[in-house]
Amino acid sequence: MRQPFIEVTDLRYTYHPHTPQAVVALDGLSLSIGRGEYVGIVGGNGSGKSTLAKHFNALLLPASGRVIVGGQDTRDRSATLAIRRRVGMVFQNPDNQLVATVVDEDVAFGPENLGLPSPLIRERVDRALATVGMTAYRRHAPHLLSGGQKQRVAIAGVLAMHPECLILDEATTMLDPEGRAEVLATVRTLHRDEGMTIVAISHTLEDLADAERIVALDAGRIVLDGPTGQVFDQLSRSPLARIHAPPMARLAHWLRQDGVPLPPGLFTVEALVSALAALAGRDGASHA
Amino acid sequence: MDLVKYAPVGQYLPRNSPLHRLDPRTKILATMALAVVLFLLRAMAGLGLFAVASLALLVLGQIPLGYALRGLRPVIFLLLLTVVLNAFFGSGGSEARTLFVLGPLVATEEGLRTGLFVGARLLLLVTITSLLTFTTSSVELADGLEWLLRPLRRVGLPGHEIAMMMTIALRFIPTLLEETERIMKAQTARGAEFGQGNIVRRAQALVPVLVPLLLSAIRRSEELALAMEARCYSSSAPRTRMKELRWGLGDAVAGVLVVAASALLVSVR
Amino acid sequence: MPDPLIACEQVHYTYLRGTPMAAVALRGVSLEVQPGELLALIGPTGSGKSTLIQLCAGLLRPTAGVVRVLGQDLWGPRADRRRARRQVGLAFQFAEYQLFEETVRRDVAYGPKNLGCSEEEIAQRVDEALRQVGLDPAGFGDRSPFSLSGGEMRRVALAGVLAMRPGVLVLDEPTAGLDPRGREELLARIQALHRQGQTIVLVTHGMEEVARLARRVIVLHEGRIVLEGSPGEVFAHEEDLHRIGLGLPEAARLVRLLQCRGLRVADALTVEDARAAIVAALRGQDRGPR
Repeated sequence: MRQPFIEVTDLRYTYHPHTPQAVVALDGLSLSIGRGEYVGIVGGNGSGKSTLAKHFNALLLPASGRVIVGGQDTRDRSATLAIRRRVGMVFQNPDNQLVATVVDEDVAFGPENLGLPSPLIRERVDRALATVGMTAYRRHAPHLLSGGQKQRVAIAGVLAMHPECLILDEATTMLDPEGRAEVLATVRTLHRDEGMTIVAISHTLEDLADAERIVALDAGRIVLDGPTGQVFDQLSRSPLARIHAPPMARLAHWLRQDGVPLPPGLFTVEALVSALAALAGRDGASHA
Repeated sequence: MDLVKYAPVGQYLPRNSPLHRLDPRTKILATMALAVVLFLLRAMAGLGLFAVASLALLVLGQIPLGYALRGLRPVIFLLLLTVVLNAFFGSGGSEARTLFVLGPLVATEEGLRTGLFVGARLLLLVTITSLLTFTTSSVELADGLEWLLRPLRRVGLPGHEIAMMMTIALRFIPTLLEETERIMKAQTARGAEFGQGNIVRRAQALVPVLVPLLLSAIRRSEELALAMEARCYSSSAPRTRMKELRWGLGDAVAGVLVVAASALLVSVR
Repeated sequence: MPDPLIACEQVHYTYLRGTPMAAVALRGVSLEVQPGELLALIGPTGSGKSTLIQLCAGLLRPTAGVVRVLGQDLWGPRADRRRARRQVGLAFQFAEYQLFEETVRRDVAYGPKNLGCSEEEIAQRVDEALRQVGLDPAGFGDRSPFSLSGGEMRRVALAGVLAMRPGVLVLDEPTAGLDPRGREELLARIQALHRQGQTIVLVTHGMEEVARLARRVIVLHEGRIVLEGSPGEVFAHEEDLHRIGLGLPEAARLVRLLQCRGLRVADALTVEDARAAIVAALRGQDRGPR
């Protein structure tokens, strides 16, 4: 069992409390995310997923309940900056999170806020840009980059603070397929090679295919939580109004209904091809 | 309608020229000094010398001339207006020689000359200030400004906040220009006509552009504030800099050159 | 054959022509949009798609070549660009960002008002356009557009374009950023509009959407048309598409990979077709000789 990194206990949060416009965003939610885990959080508009994400690095504080990050309570004001350093966040709109007019100066923004000495900042900025593959664009103006490149710069800006956990709040939603693939590949590497804890939030399950575990939210509560393949199978069997299983998981489910004896947990083209080829005796080994 | 590409207002051009390497404080002070000199000049000859020097600086800063010229586009109207107004209403007294008469208006040779002089001065002022922004990134500019504003902190001037606001403003100029262009096109596709009819109608036509633009600017600023907070920004906590401000040999040389050039120009007038 | 609604003849476009920063966006594109068709325009980012649709809507002037709307040269000496423009209803990407009025009804009325329609006609057009996008005029008409969900706002913006009653509806990435429910609702509306006879040009990155909606596909790459045909024909060129950075719909890729493994699966573009094709192939194999 992994050691927990983020622990949420009975979290409630209401926007505009005590007014006629009050909206309950999180309604008694408990969740534990282990160190080094890659968790996908899925839900439709208004499910509370972004509100939850903002609790992970003390951008929002619980109205009731508790959020513990790396052993520190987010309500402890003296821990706020430490928590934000440990839990970095990349947002949806790439244009609205870059501060400077030159790429490397933007990446330096975080470390500068931490008060690090100048040579160390330089070193971290260079490393972070190399990690996301943007070294060649060091001196470029961010507004001339593609969406995917901007998001990679935003990720570098977070990495330069040496966080233990990376939160992607709809970070691929506004990108074209190429940019989406770039960002997902970067995140995959960070998880695999650096062992970073990843929490990816999206309304599109296809973007969460790399996650080991999926948590589905609806109306501020957890409705499903389990290994990715299992959750996708479950969603194919009984779809939720605002959460749709990825197309390949749905196809696998239909084929099972048609009497094709496919194993559970198939949700990528490649996995489905191997399984179908094996059934047809075309998997190479049994072919002869 | 390619506002972003046509108007590189204050757009930093990443290069590795001697001008780019100067300390931002040197460049800000030099620009201020040169602006003062510009207003002390009285003769066309002085302006000519100044123009030659500015051109040399553009070359030294590796700024393509075409790029610099496009930066002047927004002020062209202002320049023409200056020249024309001076030609008709400029000083000249009773001995002024008449160039031509347009109804009740009389254009004088002296007026025209004043107009051209004032116009040229304005042009050079824009050139040297853009030279500063072409060669200095917004962060450097802000750091320099913050340092220069430091003495005023005692009278309660929030230097850091002003500098931060300026950085962000510069960062978002191209983004908002792009957005303006997009919204104008979208409303044109819905039958809007811009720049037609009398002033009232023109102003009304802008509402469908300004409202979405304002809403977007508000949304952007909210998101940016959140993103900055998430990156541990706090205006009260002490910050460090990746590029520390440091006077170098180049700055000394530049300082001496600017002082010498200013003295020379002022003596020529 | 009826006259095309839009016809581009050897259209070129260069941004900032004559400057050191000139950038060529289109290099001789010719295409026709026929009445009643649903044409998908695809291509990687920077291929010239959005320049092309802006040229078709008369928002940009081609540096060379001719753009005709209903047979009329948009930039000819006696062109009535205003009239031509209202034939091409262009909804930009993230169209909800152009909403500005206090109520949904007033925002949708902006276009018809610009056209100089009478009060009754405006009211009629607004109601019709709102129904076309699946929003009840009585329920939504007097609400503020900014109080709606993202998907609803997008549909209000779309109604604003439909209220112009354009001959061609041009949609730039209409589903970008919407959640699955918003996307499904919008796609269903687009399909319904097309069934009612609305000519539609759809610009998209979503190959699944192309497979599902389009009858004809044009692929742009570096300012040129590189492929053209039915979705089946275009997606048959997997390597060519792959080379310019485009993929197949997942269902098509699945079937292609199964075929490579030696399974006799019929071609399919959508998940529904793939299901039938795979089931048929597996049954056929059971009956076949062992």
